[in-house]
Amino acid sequence: MNPAFSVVFLTTLIGAGQGLFLALFLAELLGFGSGDAGEHALLAASGAVALVFTALGLLASVFHLGRPERAWRAAAMWRTSWLSREVIALPAFMGLVFAWSVAHWFGSPATIWIGWLALLACLALFVCTGMVYASIRFLQEWASAFTLVNFTLLGLASGFVLATALAAYAAPEWAGSYGLLAFVFTVAGGISRGLSLQRNARLKPKSTLQSAIGIRHPKIAQRSMGFMGGSFNTREFFHGRPAAFLRQLKWLFLVAAFVLPLLLLALGLVNGVPALLALAFVVQYLGLLAERWFFLAQANHPQNLYYQVVS
Amino acid sequence: MTQLALVIDLNVCVGCHACVTSCKQWNTSGSAGPLVDDQPYGADPTGTFFNRVQTFEVGEFPNTQTVHFPKSCLHCEDPPCVPVCPTGASYKRKEDGIVLVDYDKCIGCKYCSWACPYGAREIDEERKVMTKCTLCVDRVTDTALPVAERKPACVLACPANARLFGDVHDPESVVSKAIRERAGYALMPEWNTRPANHYLPRRRTEITVHAEDLVRVDNPLKIDGSRPEPPQQGAGREDFAT
Repeated sequence: MNPAFSVVFLTTLIGAGQGLFLALFLAELLGFGSGDAGEHALLAASGAVALVFTALGLLASVFHLGRPERAWRAAAMWRTSWLSREVIALPAFMGLVFAWSVAHWFGSPATIWIGWLALLACLALFVCTGMVYASIRFLQEWASAFTLVNFTLLGLASGFVLATALAAYAAPEWAGSYGLLAFVFTVAGGISRGLSLQRNARLKPKSTLQSAIGIRHPKIAQRSMGFMGGSFNTREFFHGRPAAFLRQLKWLFLVAAFVLPLLLLALGLVNGVPALLALAFVVQYLGLLAERWFFLAQANHPQNLYYQVVS
Repeated sequence: MTQLALVIDLNVCVGCHACVTSCKQWNTSGSAGPLVDDQPYGADPTGTFFNRVQTFEVGEFPNTQTVHFPKSCLHCEDPPCVPVCPTGASYKRKEDGIVLVDYDKCIGCKYCSWACPYGAREIDEERKVMTKCTLCVDRVTDTALPVAERKPACVLACPANARLFGDVHDPESVVSKAIRERAGYALMPEWNTRPANHYLPRRRTEITVHAEDLVRVDNPLKIDGSRPEPPQQGAGREDFAT
């Protein structure tokens, strides 16, 4: 596929926002915020940060649409379409995080219940976002449980790294626990992403030129795709870069999204330097952008069988 | 239940692209608005088409066959592009099984094109909505047209009559008979999309030459083979033989 940057930004930004909210709500469940007003305000402010990330993601998604003024229609087909479900889950999650932050700002006791609802919306959003890709059965690189697990673990990882950085500045006593969880999620995400890379490397395409045109002969070659100018089919479904680019990008994102953030986390926590933790988040986010681009680009669409040779 | 569909005879298609141009002509002048052509006379022209003719070479030289392969939306009976549409703009008509896009509801998210393994959908870069073959729904349902013309533009245009149109659920229709009698098949059966359009395979054509076509059995004067034929002088071979 030819990755759309709107989708790359959408999935990484909302992942970080979701992970950050889960980190904040975890702290609340463990007793943070029940005490003085300062803790409430801190949770409210951090909730606002999570909201900003999801809002930026939503903004990025608008650029993917040809007719954004009709975007409201996208909630209609939630019975059949995972994209429609995501379109519902994202604003629902944003609204609940907003309500949760406002409730904290005013010190309302209802925060815990709003938080539980937001947690459910957050998990639903992870599932919906993953299923948008995993549910297309003939994009074999995407059609796997790894897609859901990776989206969730990588969102948790970047959210918890962000929570660690924020805590290091505002509530240092939480930085250690958040850092440990960020470490765990980053390692788990790295393992699961590595396994999915291994799975995709072994995939055998189900569709062949033989099944595409229905002629059972071992030797078939396209001589003309029927037109010489480009078309939507030649632009949308192939990234147009050499295989070496993808190989190099794979190593780049493995280092930037997993290895470097782990090193920076360890250095920042051991030496107590918040700037290193902030840098860990930035480096990991850039790595995740590369990871998501690679994820989208790696999928081989069977329609490309029909568009191989100009003439 | 009616399921309108095309049956395309690969044994007959000569790859003239008449179906491509007639499709473009009809659908660009139809009620749904023009199909975009971006820089048609520029350096990098591109545009939206509902139908393409592609060419494949099967076999290894010198034993090769050139197969011209017209490709458009297959109007699947279980279309994967329809349930993924978040707005309901993509739908399959109950009355005749045609898969259509409601251009007024489409938000241009392209998700349906990802969900079509055949690459049958093309976005209209000007209107920013997804477009696809309509099976000329505005022709085939137009009762003002003579019955013989209530067919898709590509079917009417095909000079070799390689495109058949009809209801594949009616066992007595032309298309059902063609599929049944000439081993019509569907594309990419591995995804269980159950395409309504079918293709008729190439057939081996051989000339059978019998011995009596070369040497006459009825040869009372024993002329054949007895002496070399004289050079053509005035009268033809028939005169010499009789």
